[in-house]
Amino acid sequence: MKILVCISKAPDTTTKIAFTDGDTKFNEAGVQFIVNPYDEWYALVRGLELKESLGGSVTTVTVGGAENDPIIRKALAIGADDAVRIDTEANDAFLVAKEIANYASDKGYDLILCGKETINYNGGQVAGLIAEFLDYPFVSQATKIDIDGSNVTLECDVQGGSAALQCSLPMVLSAAKGMAEQRIPNMRGIMAARSKKLEVVSPSGEAATSEVIGYSLPDAKSECKYIDPENAGELIELLHNEAKVI
Amino acid sequence: MSVIVYTDINNGEVVKASLEAVYYASKIASEKGGECIAVVCGEIDNSKLEALGNYGANKVVHNANNTTDNGQKAKLVQSIANANGASLVIFSHDFAGKAIAPRVAARMNAGIVSGAVELPQFNNGLVVKKSVFSGKAFASYKVNSEVAVISLLPNSIDIETSGASASVESDSTDLGDSRITVSELKTKGNGDKIDLTEAELVVSAGRGLKGPENWGMIEELAELLGAATACSRPVADIGWRPHHEHVGQTGIAIRPNLYIAAGISGAIQHLAGVNGSKVIVVINTDPEAPFFKAADYGIVGDAFEVVPKLVEAAKNFKA
Ligand SMILES: Cc1cc2nc3c(=O)[nH]c(=O)nc-3n(C[C@H](O)[C@H](O)[C@H](O)COP(=O)(O)OP(=O)(O)OC[C@H]3O[C@@H](n4cnc5c(N)ncnc54)[C@H](O)[C@@H]3O)c2cc1C
Ligand SMILES: Nc1ncnc2c1ncn2[C@@H]1O[C@H](COP(=O)(O)O)[C@@H](O)[C@H]1O
Repeated sequence: MKILVCISKAPDTTTKIAFTDGDTKFNEAGVQFIVNPYDEWYALVRGLELKESLGGSVTTVTVGGAENDPIIRKALAIGADDAVRIDTEANDAFLVAKEIANYASDKGYDLILCGKETINYNGGQVAGLIAEFLDYPFVSQATKIDIDGSNVTLECDVQGGSAALQCSLPMVLSAAKGMAEQRIPNMRGIMAARSKKLEVVSPSGEAATSEVIGYSLPDAKSECKYIDPENAGELIELLHNEAKVI
Repeated sequence: MSVIVYTDINNGEVVKASLEAVYYASKIASEKGGECIAVVCGEIDNSKLEALGNYGANKVVHNANNTTDNGQKAKLVQSIANANGASLVIFSHDFAGKAIAPRVAARMNAGIVSGAVELPQFNNGLVVKKSVFSGKAFASYKVNSEVAVISLLPNSIDIETSGASASVESDSTDLGDSRITVSELKTKGNGDKIDLTEAELVVSAGRGLKGPENWGMIEELAELLGAATACSRPVADIGWRPHHEHVGQTGIAIRPNLYIAAGISGAIQHLAGVNGSKVIVVINTDPEAPFFKAADYGIVGDAFEVVPKLVEAAKNFKA
C-alpha cells in the first residue's frame, strides 16, 4: 500500500489575524505555524494506521518553500516514512493540486489523503482538484476508510447525514473528523524524524489561476447587551421585536 | 454570458443552500445580460424544477441519472457549461459543492473561489470576496482564468422569490461508469429534528452543563423555538452529545440567524465555527468568559436557572 498524504502549514488556531502591505498580505510576524489540523489529526494518522495494518509506506507531500520544513519534520516525527516538498510558492489551490498531481502521476500511489480544508484559506478544493487531474475517484469529507484488498469501504458526511460508500483504488479522499485520533509524537519519533528523507523537488511550473488582492476584517460587533438573569425571559421578546430573528 | 449553477437535491427536494446558489447565479446572470441555467442531476418532480424559476433560474437542465459519483456530476456540469458557452459556474459551498466544484474547476482549467460571501465584482476582472481564517477575515480573490468556478457560503445572502417558472430541458449526456457506489445512506438519527447545517436557529451548550442528563432543557428550548441543537467539542469528545453536533474549527461551521450558547466559554476554536451567526446569545456564569466579546445579547447567570426561564418565556411567546 503506497500512501501519499498532502500536508500544509496553517497558523496556530489561537493566532490573532492581522494584515500588512496595505492589507494585501497576512502578517506572519510572531505567528506559530502548525500542521493543518485536518491533515495531521485525520489524514496522516489514518494513513499511518492503514500502513501499520496493511504494510507499505506513507509519504507526505507539501507544496511550498523551506519555511514548511518544521511542520514537515513534525509529520515525520508522528510517523511518516519520508517527505517530499515541491519547491514553489503555494499561491492558489489550482497550482498546488496540479503540482501534486504532476508529481504523483507516475509514482503509483494507491491512496492520496488530504485534509478537508486548510484552516487559513478554508478552500476545501485541493483534494478534488487532484482527483480530477489524475482521473481518480474522490470521496469528500470522509470520516472512515477501511481497505480489504482492492476493495475500499468508506463513510463520508453528506447533506443531512452520512453515507457508506464503496470504491476501488487508486483514489483520493479529504479527511474530516472521525477518521482517526490525534497522535502526539514521542521522543523516539522526533529523533528518528531528523534522519528521515525530506526530498526537495523542482516544481513543474504550473501557473496560479487566482490571487488574493486584499484582505479585510469583519465589522466590529456592536456592544453586547446584558439582560438581568432574574428576568431572563425578556430575551425572547428582544429576539422577536429587536433582533427580529424569531 | 450564461451562468451555470449546480443545484443539489436530497430526497427529491432541492436543498436550501442550492436555492441560495441559484438566486446568486441569477443575480450575476442578469448583471451580465445572460441566462441563469440550473443543472440538476437525479430523480425529482418536474414541478420542483419549474419552481426554481422562483429563485431566478431561466432554464433547468435535468439529467435523471441518480449517480452518487462526483466525477460523473462534474462531467455533466462541464458538458452543459460548454454547450451554453458559460464561463462562470456556481455552486453552494456545501457537501455537494465541496465534492463536485473542484472537479469541475480542474476539467475546465478554471480558477476556483470557494466560500464566497457576496456577489462578484467585474470592474477589475473578476473579483470575489470570500471568508478565510475560519470566519475571522475576508479575502478578495481575483480570478485570472477564462472560466471561473465560485461556490457560495451557505446563509450569506438574502433571497427573494419572484413567482416565475423555469423551463425544463431533459438531458441525456452519457456520464460514463460510476466509480463510487453508496451502500447505505444514514440520516443523523435525529428523527424529524432540524438539520444543524440548514438550521436558521441553533441552541448550543458546553461543558458548563455538567453532564448529558442536563440536556433536556436545551432540547426543549430548541424544540419550542424550532431550532437545531449543537455543542462544543469537549462535550462531543466525552460522548455527552453526538459528534455531528460539534461546531467549531474542527467540527462544522454554521451561520444561523440565531446562535444561543449556554455554558460554553467561547474559545477561539469554538468561535471559528459560529462567528458567522447573525445574532449570538451567551449564557455563562463567568462575566469574563471570552464568548461575551462576540455576543449580541449576554446573560451572566447559571444556565440551570436561566434556561428554564427561557423555556417558560418561549412557551408564552408561542401561545
Ligand atoms: C486545534 C484545536 C481545535 C479545536 N476545535 C474546537 C472546535 O471545533 N469546537 C470547540 O468547541 N472547541 C474546539 N477546541 C477546544 C476549545 O479550545 C475549548 O477547549 C472548548 O471549546 C471548550 O469547550 P466549553 O466551552 O464547552 O468548555 P469550558 O472551556 O470548560 O467552558 C465551560 C464554560 O461554562 C461556564 N459555566 C460553568 N458552569 C455554568 C453554569 N452553571 N451556567 C452557565 N455557564 C456555566 C464556564 O464559566 C465556562 O465558561 C479546539 C482546540 C484546539 C487546540
Ligand atoms: N501547499 C500545500 N501543500 C500540500 N498540500 C496542501 C497544500 N495546501 C493544501 N493542501 C492539502 O489540501 C487540503 C485542502 O486544502 P484547501 O483546498 O486549501 O482548503 C489540505 O487539508 C491539505 O491536505
